[in-house]
Amino acid sequence: MHHATTTIADENYIFKPETKRKIFILAAVGLLLFVFGVFQAMRSGDHEGSHEHASTEISKSLTASLASQDTHEVEKASAETHHGSPVWLKRIYTSLWQNSIFFLGIGIIGLFFVAVQYAAQVGWSASIKRIPLAMGSWIPLAGIIMLVVWIVGGGDIFHWLHKDLYDPTSQQYDKIIDGKGGFFYWPLAHGSFPIFFILRLVVFFGLWYLFFVWIKREMLAEDEDGAVTHWYSARKFSAIFLVIFAVSSSVAAWDWVMSIDTHWYSTLFGWYVFASWWVTGLSVITIFLIYIKEAGYLKMVNANHIHDLGKFIFAFSIFWTYIWFGQFLLIYYANIPEETVYFVSQMKNQPYKWIFYTNLILNFVLPFLLLMTRDAKRFNSTLKLVCVIVIIGHWFDFYNMITPGIMKNNGGVGFLEIGLSLIFVAVFIYVTLNSLSKARLIATHHPMMDESLHHNI
Amino acid sequence: MEHDKNFVVGIFDDEDVLVHAVENVREKGLRIHEVYSPFPVHGLDEALGYRRTRLPIAAFMFGLTGTCLALFTQIWMLGYDWPMDIGGKNHASLPPFIPVTFEFTVLLSAFGMVITFLIVSNMKPYGWPRQFDLRSTDDKHVMAVDLADNKLSKEEISRMLKDQGASEVNEKNF
Repeated sequence: MHHATTTIADENYIFKPETKRKIFILAAVGLLLFVFGVFQAMRSGDHEGSHEHASTEISKSLTASLASQDTHEVEKASAETHHGSPVWLKRIYTSLWQNSIFFLGIGIIGLFFVAVQYAAQVGWSASIKRIPLAMGSWIPLAGIIMLVVWIVGGGDIFHWLHKDLYDPTSQQYDKIIDGKGGFFYWPLAHGSFPIFFILRLVVFFGLWYLFFVWIKREMLAEDEDGAVTHWYSARKFSAIFLVIFAVSSSVAAWDWVMSIDTHWYSTLFGWYVFASWWVTGLSVITIFLIYIKEAGYLKMVNANHIHDLGKFIFAFSIFWTYIWFGQFLLIYYANIPEETVYFVSQMKNQPYKWIFYTNLILNFVLPFLLLMTRDAKRFNSTLKLVCVIVIIGHWFDFYNMITPGIMKNNGGVGFLEIGLSLIFVAVFIYVTLNSLSKARLIATHHPMMDESLHHNI
Repeated sequence: MEHDKNFVVGIFDDEDVLVHAVENVREKGLRIHEVYSPFPVHGLDEALGYRRTRLPIAAFMFGLTGTCLALFTQIWMLGYDWPMDIGGKNHASLPPFIPVTFEFTVLLSAFGMVITFLIVSNMKPYGWPRQFDLRSTDDKHVMAVDLADNKLSKEEISRMLKDQGASEVNEKNF
């Protein structure tokens, strides 16, 4: 016990100006690539456009002018009327939406991780919990970004937002989507304002943020007076949050990801998105922890704690693969056209085709083989490599979940996507480290801190 | 009566005392034959200076064998030996083989690991492990020192173990 008192000391993470400068440089590089990518996409868009119709025409008059051409053109036109903006703009919306979902996942997993630790009364993680907690600070920002992107680009991202789909007199009338309309528009008329959808978005973010605030409040209050009651309160909030998150994460996945392919559905899609978020979030926690430790903080965190996180990443990479395969195998076996179309669109078209297979290599084969030995999970270099692989891999996973449904054959991974993602990375790191520097790095009065100090596996 | 093997057996009540005793006697040059404890003791492996077990490597090899065997069997049987038309799929298509391959990998690696462990621990059928003190399965930690491994006399070793906190020191011959 005397061991503990000598090792624990108050410690604050200092967000140094040079770290901030590095983050700004990262964001600037991202912005530069993004702008370059946009110009590139605009130019190639012009090129493509000149084949059939000038790009200015696409952006100006979308509906009227194209309707009265030959059948091939009508087909083309109907696609254009549904998805109005020029290709480069649609790519920006798609990438924004993908990164919003991806980074929201990392943020919410920060809170989820903390909640799991409390609900399961975990001891070993007492010394590292401030890092996932800081990641949770991203949640409100993610909510604002998503709402703005939805308002600006929702019409391009979500096929089901088009009024004609719900009008039985229209040529565009879609009986299947009309049947699902209540999920978005209830209690208003189908094709009006998707009040139910927006309500869910606001309520989910509201609830997540509320529980983030409550759990954080208890954790930080513990620093001040050291009362054990805060631990019990945090556990209570955590348990309630987990129940809410179990439902809301699944519904959010249908709303924000699965509804892009409006006709298609998969009953385990919620778990699939969660599995992808969870393993990415664990990798980000590990990367932050290793970075903070290498910067000279958290001396009491040793190979045993890193090992536990490594085991998490290893196990949940396999879990993700299990979910991925569970979804794929049933659709493959049943061979029902409206289900297989989802995978066909990914497996036949570029660039989704190479991403489809790369996804499995980055997210299953490499983590599985690289993290199999005990040493790989205990030493920072291998683990850091695997974390980066997993994060990039799941970025591609979300790319393939979101892009094929919006961009059809016009999708791409170029400077635009990479640049925008780098901006998100920079802002996410900034928000997390900034939040981390605001409170103590070590929960000095955590009732299980002693257990964490003597963690040995 | 002459015995092949002569041991000094130290009995310890507390695992912390045991781990420190192991560290101290090894520092003094004593070679320990083996330590038995009723539950896993953290830090004991390191104190004894054991190398990491190679059991995971065996498990990986068994698993790999299972993967190859399962894939080969299914591809050969359903693809070549007795092709069957199942939903119009290719005879030797990979996805439906994955669950069986996975299960067989787990099965072989688990069985292989357990059997390997039993053999190297001398717990195979008709292999009788030495019982230094039956209380090591209940509430005592048992440290066995082989006299043949050490230059010290029986009495010196006994005294050393007593000094390190052994509650009793016995002799055991096989």
